[in-house]
Amino acid sequence: MLGTTFTLAIRSILRHKLRSFLTTLGIIIGVAAVVAMVTLGNATTAAVQQQIASLGTNILQVRPGQGFGRGGGGPRPPDFEEADVEAVKEQIAGVTAVAPQAQTTGTAIHEGANWSTTVNGTTSDFFKVQPWPLTGGRTFSPAEEAAGKSVCIIGNTVRQNLFRGGRAVGQRMRVNNISCDVIGTLSTRGQAGFGGDQDDVVIMPIKMVQRRFTGSRDIRLMLVGVDSAYDSAQVQSSLSDLLRERRRIEPGAEDNFNIFDTAQISATMTQSTTLLTRIVAAVAAISLIVGGIGIMNIMLVSVTERTREIGIRLAIGAIASEVLLQFLVEAIVLSVLGGIMGLVLAQVAIGILTPLMQVPWMFDAQINVIAFLISAVIGVVFGFFPARRAASLNPIDALRHE
Amino acid sequence: MADADPIIRLRGITKVFGEGATAFQALKGVDLDISERDFVAVMGPSGSGKSTTMNILGCLDVPTSGEFQFKGVHIEKLDRDERALVRRKYLGFVFQGFNLLSRTNALENVELPLLYRGEDRKTRHELGMAALEKVGLADWWDHTPAELSGGQQQRVAIARAIVTSPAVLLADEPTGNLDSARSIEIMELLTSLNKDSGITVLMVTHEPDMAAFAHTIVHFKDGLVERIDAGDGAGRKAGVLA
Repeated sequence: MLGTTFTLAIRSILRHKLRSFLTTLGIIIGVAAVVAMVTLGNATTAAVQQQIASLGTNILQVRPGQGFGRGGGGPRPPDFEEADVEAVKEQIAGVTAVAPQAQTTGTAIHEGANWSTTVNGTTSDFFKVQPWPLTGGRTFSPAEEAAGKSVCIIGNTVRQNLFRGGRAVGQRMRVNNISCDVIGTLSTRGQAGFGGDQDDVVIMPIKMVQRRFTGSRDIRLMLVGVDSAYDSAQVQSSLSDLLRERRRIEPGAEDNFNIFDTAQISATMTQSTTLLTRIVAAVAAISLIVGGIGIMNIMLVSVTERTREIGIRLAIGAIASEVLLQFLVEAIVLSVLGGIMGLVLAQVAIGILTPLMQVPWMFDAQINVIAFLISAVIGVVFGFFPARRAASLNPIDALRHE
Repeated sequence: MADADPIIRLRGITKVFGEGATAFQALKGVDLDISERDFVAVMGPSGSGKSTTMNILGCLDVPTSGEFQFKGVHIEKLDRDERALVRRKYLGFVFQGFNLLSRTNALENVELPLLYRGEDRKTRHELGMAALEKVGLADWWDHTPAELSGGQQQRVAIARAIVTSPAVLLADEPTGNLDSARSIEIMELLTSLNKDSGITVLMVTHEPDMAAFAHTIVHFKDGLVERIDAGDGAGRKAGVLA
């Protein structure tokens, strides 16, 4: 009897292709929307986390001036000095390295090619604070740092534009009108989380940058590496105390510097992207419900239309349960088929959108299974109940149904 | 044969549609016996209860009260599924509106009752083609109802009704939607099925010309059997009012 019913169900689906397609369409769209949206949402979260990780997670960024949203008024707070860097490095437990930074912009020139870029003056500690492997060459030697020699390490974007991807280490280039030897090339780091190309940079000893570019000994930024075994809040608080003392801030007065904990930003951003994913998932769930209502409508209409067919089947000797089983099998086959097509469509959409949105490709088995099961349940429930009503009619009433 | 037990015996059958003030009594106590192998035409004006009686005889509807014996079994005591099994095993239906499944070819329409009987593919095909042969449509087996004329559709419906070799063929105004030439073809077909295959035929009609093909003509009026006549085709009188 099951084989017979299955035959009848498949025949009926094939004979009414448009009706079958419309029934399936709701499920296809619903499932595809849920799977694609949730997967892309998760991929976005992953991408943001990846970008945050590329900033370095255990780093405190210390800048003069008050934090965001508290600025305005008063004289400009003093920048840091070299002695501050040394003090932080030596006096605070849990600090792995401190890299001072002096930034400016300049035009890098090599054999007629020129490229406007960021010039970053720092020390070799920069590479201890945040791991950034070299693809060739070396970092500054202590002698080069102390003397402020004209040597530079270039980011990949600069390398591509000046050296056309060719060998750069050992070459000589110019930044503005200062010539320097390329001693190292950096690996690709990609986009920063907040826009800007991290690879578009020329790194030189800070003394060199201060002397020849900025013309002052001031330090606008310190990157403080925190040992992961230490609590970063604790380190942050001792750092704050030390700087207050060194900058002679009266007790009760506000800090004239700010400390930015990247681990904290990471947590905040992860939280907001997770929230975003939830909202997207909610929107997708609504589309699945709308899809379900679509299925219910088509099923209701088709059962009304098929009541006469049910009457014919009952008249020629079908038992109500056989007719019902046929409708159930039809609903299951259509729902499962629609579910599978929805999953495939979702993968296609994810495949197209992932590179456009610059997020990593991922496959979330859980959401695939959940969306599929929900669609199957909707299809079966909405396919089954209208049919049950029709099959419970007296055969003659079903036959007379207009 | 008039002395044999009738295949169908109705006693005091009533049928009420609706409830309360809007209730309508379609049958007011019908008594009727039908013998095996008879060809019975049921006549009467609209609302006389002839179609209601046919629906009850076809186990498509249930009487409000009264006794309905089919081959000695009390049908009024059976449940839905048991009545479905009676239809499956013993009855064949031909409707005024043909009631074929659309988008389904003639052979598949004819095979449908066999499917519910659980016959295998080969048997279904053989019996289905044989039934189409009997109604003269073997060459049209792969045509859907939309591709067939009214007369052809009704012949497919007859093939579907007889494919299971039923004991009784119930036809509700089988020629109602056909012109007179097609109608006569259908009546000749029913006559030969009755004579050659020994199928008891019950037919509702309001056309005396069609009723003339029957052996027995039962006249209904106001929810009761008014009188029973012998038809032109009769050589025997089989229906007896108890």
